[in-house]
Amino acid sequence: MIILQALVNGLVSGTLLAVPAIGFTAMFAVLRFPNFSVSGVATLGAFAGYLAYGAGLQMAGSLAVAFAVAGAAGLLFDKVAHLPLVKQGALPAAIASIATGLVLENVVRLGFGNEPRGYDRPIARDIHLGEIRVSPQQLETMALALGLMLAVFAALAFTRIGKAMRASADNPELAALKGIRPERIAMMASFVGMGLVGVGGMLLGLDSSIDPLTGTRILLSIFAAAVLGGLGSAPGAVLGAFLIGIAEELSVLVVGSQYRAAVGFVAILVVLSLRPRGLLGERAF
Amino acid sequence: MISYLLFIATVGGIYGLLALSLNLIWGGAGMVNLGLAGFFAVGAYASALLTTAGHAPIAVGWLAALAAGGVAGLVVTLSTTRLREDYLAIVTLGFAEVVRLLAANEIWLTRGSDGISGIPGPWKAALGPAFNAVYFLIVLAALAVVFFVARRIDRSPYGRALRAIREDAQVAQVAGKPVLRFKTEAFVLSAAIAGLAGALYGHFTSYIAPDLFLPLITVYIFLAVASGGTGRPAGALLGAYLVMTLLESSRFFVEWIPGVTAVQRAALKELLIAVTLILVLRLKPSGVLPERIPPAPPQAR
Repeated sequence: MIILQALVNGLVSGTLLAVPAIGFTAMFAVLRFPNFSVSGVATLGAFAGYLAYGAGLQMAGSLAVAFAVAGAAGLLFDKVAHLPLVKQGALPAAIASIATGLVLENVVRLGFGNEPRGYDRPIARDIHLGEIRVSPQQLETMALALGLMLAVFAALAFTRIGKAMRASADNPELAALKGIRPERIAMMASFVGMGLVGVGGMLLGLDSSIDPLTGTRILLSIFAAAVLGGLGSAPGAVLGAFLIGIAEELSVLVVGSQYRAAVGFVAILVVLSLRPRGLLGERAF
Repeated sequence: MISYLLFIATVGGIYGLLALSLNLIWGGAGMVNLGLAGFFAVGAYASALLTTAGHAPIAVGWLAALAAGGVAGLVVTLSTTRLREDYLAIVTLGFAEVVRLLAANEIWLTRGSDGISGIPGPWKAALGPAFNAVYFLIVLAALAVVFFVARRIDRSPYGRALRAIREDAQVAQVAGKPVLRFKTEAFVLSAAIAGLAGALYGHFTSYIAPDLFLPLITVYIFLAVASGGTGRPAGALLGAYLVMTLLESSRFFVEWIPGVTAVQRAALKELLIAVTLILVLRLKPSGVLPERIPPAPPQAR
């Protein structure tokens, strides 16, 4: 029964984790460098949503604020710091993104200090299904996360800009020949990718509390989900997120909660050793 | 004042070792190690445990730190050297995090967040107040050895092969260079140096704890190598002392700003480091001492 409860919890946290993982992997597919500022942006999103929720906005509206603020920060930092360096290679851009993540983390620290803050959601009784417990809040955030993911996949599949983005990720030269403007696609990827990361930071902070290191704590899980599914593959990121979410919950039963954060690292090592392109392969957008 | 300067010079020297370690792979072979703090910690803990709980001589502890760092480097590279460099970046970042988790939670071994205190310093009792000066000389000696090894590698055919791998691994492979072996060797050597730096740090301050090995140290070292000059050992060394100067002067600077809390001061310091790193990468990526590519030796006929 404990295992079943852990599976349910893993499914919930996996759904939430999938949101920033899609954002990270989509940015990697289009912009071609691993953006480590995901940690700072997730924190920023969590705090932006916290302020909006505290100001009386509904959950969906607060998540939209988190999306917009995080997306704007992502756009700005890609423009001034990361993308000019990509020309020299992925590594200088990746290193700069560590610095920008640190900038965001400390801007939040300057404003809010290090004390953890909670979202103060109304308390509700857990729903019992046999011996499995789920809270209505978990269901609500899960539904919001699923809705957002569906919207992203629909946009990628059916809209012009979504198709252009996939084309550009697949073959930038050919896409440019077809009249797709690469700078616009890059801006779109920065904004939407980091927007999703910001929402993810808030979603994952809702159940517990947030502080300036919130994003840093989920960074490895996000990377692990993306690498597990295949860097650059959005469906892969979702699959990876579910697996990481479940593995993290199960690991708590085996080695205790203190090693939860190590699960992502072990998963990355195993996948890279056995199946370096990830479960679904790279570029399976 | 003298003892303060000696302290700064010693810690700066240890950062210099880390910078040389990073430069060897980043400047040399175009690989990154975002888990430098983790290898630093592995060396510090290996030596501290051997010399406190294990009662081993300090020199044995230092050799063990070199070995432990190297072995950790081998483990990390084995699964990633075949892959693109971005994967190595992600894996090393995770490695440092896991090292910190282990140090904080395996209390039977590492005493957890209490840390290990009473790490012996060489001839500390006999030297008394002169200890800091002597230790500075020891660090300087280690720095000199590593520096000359690094420069030797830099100018040797081996270093040129590493550079070729950095520029284009495929071409190097076609030219018959064992790319995988070279990359692994360079990373292991670099990780071993970081391990030694950790041991030198622990025996200097006599105390280590998981919180001393935050990822921030890795950022310091990246700033050191980038500002000093990627690809040149002298640049890495200069950069380490530049960063040390920046860190110390920023401490006085933020204390001078009125009306900020201690947490905000710490945040301002980290902001300053991060912004400086971005500015250096954007505006002066070659650093103060830019890399010198030696001309190819004349072809033997």
